[in-house]
Amino acid sequence: MGRKLSFTIFALVLVASFILSSGQAMASEEKKPEQFVGLLAYRTGPFAAGGSGLTSGKEDFMALINMRGGINGKIMYKWEECETAYNAARGVECYNRFKNKMFKVHPESTGITYALIPKATKDKIVVISSGYGRADASDGRVFPWVFTIPTNYWSQNTAKIKWIAMQEGWDGKDMSTIGKYLKGLKIANLHIDVPYGQETKPILDAMAKKFGFKVRHFPVPWPGIDQKAQWMDIVRRFKADWVINRNWGVSCTVPLKEAARLKFPSNRILGVWWCGAEEDVLPAGPAAKGYYSTNFHGVGRDFPIIKEVVDKVYGAMKGNISFTRVGSVYYNRGFVAAIVDHEAILTAHKKFGVKVLTGEEFRWGMEHLNITKERIKEIGAEGLMQPLKTSCADHEGGGMVFFQQWDGKKWVSTGDVITPMRKFVRGMIEKSAAKYAKEKGITPRTCK
Amino acid sequence: MAFFFEVLITGLMVGIMYSLIALGFALIFKASDVFNMAQGAMSLFAGLALVGFLHQYMHLPLWLALLCTVGVMTIWAYVIVFVVLKPLVNRPPLMLFMATFGVMYLMEGIGQSIYGTQAKGLNIGIPDNSFEVAGIFMSSFDLFFAGVAAVLVAGLIWFFQKTRNGRALRAVSDDHEAALSVGIPLLKAWYLTWIIAGIVATVAGVAWGTRLGVQFSLSYIAFKALPVLIIGGLDSIPGANRPLFQALRSVRKRDS
Repeated sequence: MGRKLSFTIFALVLVASFILSSGQAMASEEKKPEQFVGLLAYRTGPFAAGGSGLTSGKEDFMALINMRGGINGKIMYKWEECETAYNAARGVECYNRFKNKMFKVHPESTGITYALIPKATKDKIVVISSGYGRADASDGRVFPWVFTIPTNYWSQNTAKIKWIAMQEGWDGKDMSTIGKYLKGLKIANLHIDVPYGQETKPILDAMAKKFGFKVRHFPVPWPGIDQKAQWMDIVRRFKADWVINRNWGVSCTVPLKEAARLKFPSNRILGVWWCGAEEDVLPAGPAAKGYYSTNFHGVGRDFPIIKEVVDKVYGAMKGNISFTRVGSVYYNRGFVAAIVDHEAILTAHKKFGVKVLTGEEFRWGMEHLNITKERIKEIGAEGLMQPLKTSCADHEGGGMVFFQQWDGKKWVSTGDVITPMRKFVRGMIEKSAAKYAKEKGITPRTCK
Repeated sequence: MAFFFEVLITGLMVGIMYSLIALGFALIFKASDVFNMAQGAMSLFAGLALVGFLHQYMHLPLWLALLCTVGVMTIWAYVIVFVVLKPLVNRPPLMLFMATFGVMYLMEGIGQSIYGTQAKGLNIGIPDNSFEVAGIFMSSFDLFFAGVAAVLVAGLIWFFQKTRNGRALRAVSDDHEAALSVGIPLLKAWYLTWIIAGIVATVAGVAWGTRLGVQFSLSYIAFKALPVLIIGGLDSIPGANRPLFQALRSVRKRDS
């Protein structure tokens, strides 16, 4: 009896597997070609709040496109995550794992970006460091494979200085008078002491020289959980008028508490866009109320395309993050990055035809991006993203910086969308990129 | 001059906060000669568990949540001693040390799996106001935890010097084999030590979690506490609470 039963079960399993596999084979006949996206994610470790939002935002956008029938209705997105835990060595390992099948990479960390630039250039894979990485990589002549779209750290800091001048009474228009409002101001640049944190020292120094304000850099040792000494110095000795909070993860939160302890007003602290998410301010409690930060996209769910994700992707229970985080800062950042990449794919499809793209073809798309206001409206992302236009030489494309303030419960846009000091930044970018080219023996390509 | 004193006092306060972590290190090293790399992760886990009991999964009153957290840390102590360390008795200390690395990763991983990776605010009603005394800013929060640390250290000194179990632990730390030969059960002694270290980690987790929010970085605090520990002495409980060094560090950092 026992043998008979096991034989019956065995036969049933065999038949079931035949049916299933033939079904699968039929499905695969109808399968559309897939564009593979390798995602360097960090859902664990000290920066998981950022990493999970960025990655899930991208995934949700791709899921939405797939639900709409794919890219141009013919190509489906296929993605895979690799956990870096924000560690550069693991980031490189993940890159190596994906490099034979991917056409673009978002390193999601300045450290990983630095490590991947030479590798990806050799492998002909596009590196996109949206709002992080090397600012001078915006020079497409020296860094043909790197894009800092939509804005880089140097642009951000010139916009920050313009915004500070506006708070001091400047009209925001006449650049010849800005110096009058900045002269004599003391600005503390509180930065985490890693390459990312140090990235903006040259531009701040150059601006201080040009506009007559005083800037002092206060390095915070990694991971920045203890900043009492720096804050005493900033408030008691340097007596700063403004503080730039250029940290990451927990080190973004600590300054808010320390400032409150020394009764330094939170509305005189201006954070980098990596210190401007919900996760950065919530643990600081009431101490964070009034704190400002920069951004380069809109926050919340009040955009048609995000609403569509809520309806379709989350409606079908296919979301990639807890529903409450949809519309949060890091989520929207990842989402916007995916929109930009998608637009570049569509641009490339116009030239090369609707097919699975290679790195080179995608790069062409990235270099010929022109996302106008009208197109943004069409996408359903009005207010979520800024117009972008790239070229062979300009890999930044936009540069506009948004400002927001924490009201104790949520981030509220101040309504300021500031253009950076483009000429000033571009001059420094070209100088720095030329230096890099000389060091590495790169001959910059000519852009018509 | 006022600035100098302010830096000095603030440094002392920070040192006391670090000493809460250093205490856990010293306890375990004293009793088992194991340098416990998981001390930071224990604080992280305790913080996460407390937030879980208080807000995330349940809404228990504070006293009960604290009690449950200590309960969770006791379970961890049991697992660490009887699952991880027991098979390694009489092995070289380096193996025990490496095993604590494993425990650290395990705790971090399980903690993140259960409670998520988001930074969580923790407010248990400890006043965090600053006030000025002779031109020096003081924080009521720092003072509160300085008091807590003092009570903890005094309690532990009393425990190690005066109680039967404490003496047994000291004997174990002096010589495992001699302690065994006079009938002190080694594993029971270790278990007790890890429970106490778990309680200390809970206090540290509450202190640092209230200050920074309960998040993964709590696990790193252990590494910052190492200088306090080395200067204070690896096996010295009063030594772990030697925040003067931290004060000096603050002064030096200011000048650099």
